[in-house]
Amino acid sequence: MSVLIFIDQAEGHVKKSSYEALSYGSQVAKQLGVAAEGLVLGTVSDDLSFLGKYGVSKIHQVANEALNTVDTQVYAKAIADAVNASGATVVVLSHNTTGKAVAARVSARLKAGLVAGAIALPDTTNGFVVKKSVFSGKAFANVSITSAIKIISLNPNSFHVVAGEGSATVSPLNIDVTAGKVKVTATNKVSGEVSLTEADIVVSGGRGLKGPENWGILLDLAKELGAATACSRPVGDAHWRPHHEHVGQTGVQIAPNLYIAIGISGAIQHLAGVNRSKVMVVINKDPEAPFFKAADYGIVGDAFEVVPKLTEEIKKMKANS
Amino acid sequence: MKVLVCISKTPDTTSKIAFKEGNTKFDETGVQWIINPYDEWYSLVRAIELKEKDATVTIHLITVGLADAEPIIRKALALGGDEAIRVNSDSHDSYFIAAQIAEIAKQNQYDIIFTGKETIDYNGSSIGGMIAELVDAPYISLATKFDLNATTANITREIEGGEEVCEVALPVVVSCQKGVAEQRIPNMRGIMAARTKPLKVVEPAAIDTLTTIASFELPPAKAGVKLVAADNVAELVRLLHEEAKAI
Ligand SMILES: Cc1cc2nc3c(=O)[nH]c(=O)nc-3n(C[C@H](O)[C@H](O)[C@H](O)COP(=O)(O)OP(=O)(O)OC[C@H]3O[C@@H](n4cnc5c(N)ncnc54)[C@H](O)[C@@H]3O)c2cc1C
Ligand SMILES: Nc1ncnc2c1ncn2[C@@H]1O[C@H](COP(=O)(O)O)[C@@H](O)[C@H]1O
Repeated sequence: MSVLIFIDQAEGHVKKSSYEALSYGSQVAKQLGVAAEGLVLGTVSDDLSFLGKYGVSKIHQVANEALNTVDTQVYAKAIADAVNASGATVVVLSHNTTGKAVAARVSARLKAGLVAGAIALPDTTNGFVVKKSVFSGKAFANVSITSAIKIISLNPNSFHVVAGEGSATVSPLNIDVTAGKVKVTATNKVSGEVSLTEADIVVSGGRGLKGPENWGILLDLAKELGAATACSRPVGDAHWRPHHEHVGQTGVQIAPNLYIAIGISGAIQHLAGVNRSKVMVVINKDPEAPFFKAADYGIVGDAFEVVPKLTEEIKKMKANS
Repeated sequence: MKVLVCISKTPDTTSKIAFKEGNTKFDETGVQWIINPYDEWYSLVRAIELKEKDATVTIHLITVGLADAEPIIRKALALGGDEAIRVNSDSHDSYFIAAQIAEIAKQNQYDIIFTGKETIDYNGSSIGGMIAELVDAPYISLATKFDLNATTANITREIEGGEEVCEVALPVVVSCQKGVAEQRIPNMRGIMAARTKPLKVVEPAAIDTLTTIASFELPPAKAGVKLVAADNVAELVRLLHEEAKAI
């Protein structure tokens, strides 16, 4: 019995979301009194023993180059084989774009119940119950997994990364890797920017900014905070910003620690994508904007005056601390 | 070319979310039901576009739901699609639903199975991947563009921090989101035609469920917004730093 944590990597490096999954999985293992182990698919340039500081004793690695690109069909078989080889009874993945697809396949392959998008540790006092958000963040469901093997995909930014001491042993795992049917022909990475779903802080703009030429003040603020940028749907639809930045019910759903909404009215469909943020700040010149009902902090004012000041004050605060 | 479009029924986004029977059941009182937006706007419309381009394409719609899902499936038929299948079950277990769809898919040998990116009520984003595993097909999730060649599909999909273009041999399972197509409104002719299109009801296959919902909870009420004056931005920074510990 063990908890097996899937460690997501890209271009040879472990992804940030994996540290969270490792911290969470190690905690689950502690709760169950079993070992926490990691699984890496593909070849990496990092020395993986450092992952021990997130609580895992052992890393299984299938160092096969065919696994350096993600084909969910190939991944699901590899993970399921690793689960069987290691005797794991709980599998933890991040609920990021890769994890969402892979967790579902592994669940069906192993007939193992899945809680997709968990936001808290399981309650194991009576069965195995995991909390997730439902109705686009408007409620939570406590889902009981009744199968022998249990799979949890963890919503990004819902668990603290816990780094301690320790180093893990890395052991190669020998399993058959099948050939995939998906051929990747092009990749367009938005380089140098913080990925929206993994970001700690997100600065987002709406129609209140009037036009794409005014985004400079928002980008300056995002840069100062090391934040990712997002926008409301009309902004994406009007091509003021790239469409993959659009958050909300029909766009990307995010749960950062801090969400700053600038010139966004706070329509229910917008909030559906952002209301899992820990802290929400709204800057809007209309005191009646619905966003003020959902936010934790707010300034009623003109974005063109308030946002540059905010960037300045953050600079000052950083200089003094 | 045979296409299967998975259609689910969800409460309208503006619905009030409440629970009953000791927070174990969703309270449907006054809820307006809609086709899950990702299914209606993106995957269904893209399937219809494929048929408009090539008349040999047939479109089947499938929903796993009780009789109260029929208005939803009729609306989907009004938008387009040749016939519909309803698997008569009200289960919310993703594996159970996926396995029912996979059973039908195995009988009919579809070239493309479309799902939405996720349901806006249970937010699993799982059913497409599960179906793909059960029918042993490749799965492209979070597609933003879908084009068909003779025996392959060219699909653009979202990845962490960008997009990826891939080519995959059919059959394939694809989950669709914004970009794949544009929302349409059903017209009168479609609505009339939908009344006579076949809607087959089948009983669910014997499949185990793997999860159950033990209870629901509503989030704690927000304390209310703390307003800071526009000429005192420094105070907001102090609050975010010292009180919220967010920066
Ligand atoms: C089915 C459905 C799905 C949808 N999905 C989404 C979704 O996923 N995401 C999404 O965002 N929307 C979505 N929408 C649209 C949503 O309903 C709103 O129309 C949209 O969010 C509004 O965008 P906005 O806040 O940028 O613009 P507006 O509603 O026009 O608001 C602009 C705000 O800027 C403020 N403002 C103006 N000037 C200034 C200034 N100088 N300084 C400060 N503030 C200023 C105004 O007071 C106003 O509150 C959806 C709608 C439907 C029907
Ligand atoms: N009961 C259902 N019947 C048919 N298709 C469904 C059902 N539930 C979900 N789906 C499909 O699976 C997609 C993803 O759902 P989910 O995994 O629940 O987020 C939806 O967008 C639908 O296309």
